[in-house]
Amino acid sequence: MKMRVLIRPKAGILDPQGQAVERALPALGFDGVSQVHVGRLVELDVADPAQLPAMCDKLLANPLIEDYEIVSVEQAAPAS
Amino acid sequence: MKFGVLRFPGTCDEVDAQLACERVANAEILWHGDRDLKGADAIVIPGGFSYGDYLRVGAIARFSPLMESVIDFAKQGGPVLGICNGFQILCEAGLLPGTLLPNSTLRFVCRQVDLTVERTDTVFTNACEPGETLSIPAKHTTGCWYAPKQLHEQVEANGQVLLRYAPGQNFNGSLADVAGVSNEAGNVFGLMPHPEHAVDPLTGSVDGLTLFASIRDSLAAHV
Repeated sequence: MKMRVLIRPKAGILDPQGQAVERALPALGFDGVSQVHVGRLVELDVADPAQLPAMCDKLLANPLIEDYEIVSVEQAAPAS
Repeated sequence: MKFGVLRFPGTCDEVDAQLACERVANAEILWHGDRDLKGADAIVIPGGFSYGDYLRVGAIARFSPLMESVIDFAKQGGPVLGICNGFQILCEAGLLPGTLLPNSTLRFVCRQVDLTVERTDTVFTNACEPGETLSIPAKHTTGCWYAPKQLHEQVEANGQVLLRYAPGQNFNGSLADVAGVSNEAGNVFGLMPHPEHAVDPLTGSVDGLTLFASIRDSLAAHV
């Protein structure tokens, strides 16, 4: 089954990447942008999606600093 | 006594670490694919970019066969020192509290830093003077130590912070100026600065040697 794991910094964790992007956008003329956070996307084909939370806790994410969200690619909005 | 110095694909400071260890004892480099610690009395996990820092710094290295042996060694009380990427690996392996975030400036920084020794009654700092300041170089992009509030309070209450950046020297944004932290048992220690690069007057400081000498002396005291 094709799955997608979205990994993002937990709320309140220092996110210098997000801050750098947020500062860069107005320089290109894009105003009104705030709360930018940069995370990671992992796509994978798994036989048993029930194992995904354990995979996330043990390897794909660091639960101390990151939240993750598991979605099946069929459910996810098509990435245009 | 003998230090075992780990080498992963992407490690780059293992030779300096070996040479630093050899100034106080014997040392041998251990390959990540082996399981044998070859009779090492203490383990050093040196700096670099193990497994290309893929996914997160230190995340993949902890699953290598050699790390399984190191984790067992640490759980039996063997001394383990993690430097820079080695610190990151030990955090990912759950042997040390907290984790390392990108520097608050997002920049790679290479500079000499002053570190305040918080405790001198430990395996890793017993050769230091109380309140001593060590001058040791640091060079990293991902060295901002962080722990959630409760964990951080626990770490402080247990006296696990052995080194802090001296006032004005915290260039990476580490919580509470933490530069080096140990596990609760006190036999595993990680720090971002590189003591193995501060062992010869030629490069400006020999302060790093005290950490290696401390490990040797603490083992000698137990023989």
